Amino acid sequence: MAEGQFKQGIAAGRLAPPEYADNFSDLHPPFDRHEALVEADRCYFCYDAPCMQACPTSIDIPMFIRQISTGNPVGAAKTIFDQNILGGMCARVCPTETLCEEVCVREVAEGKPVQIGRLQRYATDTAMAQHKQFYERAAPTGKRIAVVGAGPAGLACAHRLAVNGHEVTVYEAKPKAGGLNEYGIAAYKSVDGFAQAEVDYITAIGGIDVQHDKALGRDISVAELASSHDAVFLGMGLSGVNALRAEGEDAEGVQDAVDFIAELRQAGDLAQLPVGRRVVVIGGGMTAIDAAIQSKLLGAEEVTICYRRGKEHMNASEFEQDLAASKGVTIRHWLQPKSVIDAGGRVAGIELEYTTLRDGKLVGTGETMLIDADQVFKAIGQSFDASPLNGSGNSIAMEGGRIKVDAEGRTSMAKVWAGGDCVVDAREDLTVAAVAAGRDAAESIHRALTSNGRA
Amino acid sequence: MEDAGRGRPARRQRQRAALRRDLGADRRLLGLNNIELITDRDLQTNLREIKQVKRDWPDRALIVSIMVPCVEEAWKAILPLVEDTGADGIELNFGCPHGMSERGMGSAVGQVPEYIEMVVRWCKQNTRMPVITKLTPNITDIRKPARAALTGGTDAVSLINTINSITGVDLDSFAPQPTIDGKGSHGGYCGPAVKPIAMNMVAEIARDSETRGLPISGIGGITTWRDAAEFMALGAGNVQVCTAAMTYGFKIVEEMIEGLKNWMDEKGHADLDAIVGRATPNVTDWQYLNLNYVAKARIDQDACIKCGRCHIACEDTSHQAITSMVDGARHFEVIEEECVGCNLCVNVCPVEGCITLEPLAAGSLDKRTGKVVEPVYANWTTHPNNPMARQAAE
Repeated sequence: MAEGQFKQGIAAGRLAPPEYADNFSDLHPPFDRHEALVEADRCYFCYDAPCMQACPTSIDIPMFIRQISTGNPVGAAKTIFDQNILGGMCARVCPTETLCEEVCVREVAEGKPVQIGRLQRYATDTAMAQHKQFYERAAPTGKRIAVVGAGPAGLACAHRLAVNGHEVTVYEAKPKAGGLNEYGIAAYKSVDGFAQAEVDYITAIGGIDVQHDKALGRDISVAELASSHDAVFLGMGLSGVNALRAEGEDAEGVQDAVDFIAELRQAGDLAQLPVGRRVVVIGGGMTAIDAAIQSKLLGAEEVTICYRRGKEHMNASEFEQDLAASKGVTIRHWLQPKSVIDAGGRVAGIELEYTTLRDGKLVGTGETMLIDADQVFKAIGQSFDASPLNGSGNSIAMEGGRIKVDAEGRTSMAKVWAGGDCVVDAREDLTVAAVAAGRDAAESIHRALTSNGRA
Repeated sequence: MEDAGRGRPARRQRQRAALRRDLGADRRLLGLNNIELITDRDLQTNLREIKQVKRDWPDRALIVSIMVPCVEEAWKAILPLVEDTGADGIELNFGCPHGMSERGMGSAVGQVPEYIEMVVRWCKQNTRMPVITKLTPNITDIRKPARAALTGGTDAVSLINTINSITGVDLDSFAPQPTIDGKGSHGGYCGPAVKPIAMNMVAEIARDSETRGLPISGIGGITTWRDAAEFMALGAGNVQVCTAAMTYGFKIVEEMIEGLKNWMDEKGHADLDAIVGRATPNVTDWQYLNLNYVAKARIDQDACIKCGRCHIACEDTSHQAITSMVDGARHFEVIEEECVGCNLCVNVCPVEGCITLEPLAAGSLDKRTGKVVEPVYANWTTHPNNPMARQAAE
């Protein structure tokens, strides 16, 4: 054990160099060919398969698994990409245990589903390693479309538009494309620069011009894009972060979990990345879990997630919770932050209040407790920042604090579609749901621009 | 044991083990194809070792499998040599589908009943040893060679030998597999995949009016105690195991012995006579099957895992007799008005015991035909749709 483990405060280099590599290696190592064949053989090739119904992008899962089992992983990849061009990343980050694998008949029958996610990764990795491009662009339509945000929704939209022969310009506020795939996914879920490799794979079709460091409301506006393009797709995600609403949250050492996760993903050398000795994460979703686990993996001695409701209410899946527990993260429930303990401008701990449900409403019980902490991460949800839209001078109807769209992804503003986390969606804020939204909006745009799909 | 202690006096230029496996996803062996030549060891070596084995294991029966050219002198010459080893019997290899058949041995003899009869007779006349005649399945009617062997005086038949086969084609070189220098040849197929074919042939001989009672040694994909019991129930007095031992080693036989014992104890079968041939009378010809027997598939809803395979199999290729949706919910249920009791759903269901065929009691209504199930046995020979039956009536 490196002596850095017990350094007080927020410090870098808590671990010996090899430990970083071990800790941040692939969460689920890829299947080799034999493993894939054996696992594929477990699939029953169900009729009207429940897994397919559960997939937000409706991938024909029994078909692609069948293709793997017959020794045709490249064909399997095409089956996947036909529905989900980000099938490679989804194979890594989808909470399959609450989607396809939850409803797998073998999960129902024996509590051991076919490992659909890992099979999907096997197929997509095989095809991407061979640089197989399955789609050719249709004849140019002469239509130009602006996509705001190069995250999963924007990329899926851009790809489908490019396939249909349109010219796409993607405006991305950050220096790299990929959105949360690049900045928001735990490092051990997307190793070896996969997010950028996937962006390259998607844009290799041509007709997609990604412009970096172009932020809506600063460098571009919706009104300008709408007037200079035939259609606009907004897929800018959520840039706001909810506040703790606890006293003293401005103290040094209190940080947004999303920023920490992004820094970690962009860090060249994890040993240079500082982390607290005692870390508290406030929240109950995937972001909380990712921040907590990675704090632990960076060498934090104690990591505690505090969530204001019960285990059953956590947005993080059972698998993610178990993963956190297995890494040594403590998850505590029914605790809400009350105040950050400030010692000379720095975090020294956090005071939390026990909560309970009274008449269906969450209330504090008045009882409090204290956890020592030198670092506190806020992971209590992200919010849509509407100011860049208002800056465009046009009104786009909102709903529940996000952009309101119809079933096809159209906003209230003519020529403007939206999808992904920035819109109100019955589905959870999942990568795979964003892909579906981007893809479907692209088809809607295509129909609108080409009179029922004919150029 | 087919191969243990088995001598093969015919001489070969060289031995070549050219095998190819048919494999499941987890590389479970389904079948094995060999195109090997039999032996490159000289006759004297084989005889010496056979003698040694018998000396070391005097309480075990040792059968020597022989294949020589189809002339009486050749058989006359070898039989005393084999007898001299102290072997308990001989098996005439009329089954080998390659290598020897091209030279008038093996299945070249086994495919011509008259030759079988002749060679068996030579052997019976020239040795005191019991003669087992090994039959090739590469014929249309297994009863013909069995009858010929019996007429020639054989003491028993053993079957089946391997089946002519090509297990695969290399899709890069377009060479059949197993491949020798880019070429392939039909080899002999054995292992679990051939068991159903072998069992039918055993039953055909066991129930044939001419060969009934002729001792049978069952061969063909026997891998578990259950396989052995099934062969014996169909009329085999004993069984031979080779591919399973080639796959797992001789230890596999221990499971077969213990499993068979356990089953016999559980069912109260005192000895092998209690099971050998017990299923033979239940093997009949198609035209004697009871046409008044009506069964309907039934799906145990508690066991059903809702994979829908029964539905799509029935829907696409059979009788459209299984639902997929009932009252808006995923639900698989047999539509009795459509079910003919074909058993396909039972076969494709991945859950053991989930789908069963339930016979309708006599007197109950068959919703498919709208007729009451008759209490009497009736078969095709008297069925009105049978033109032969009509002619007979007229």
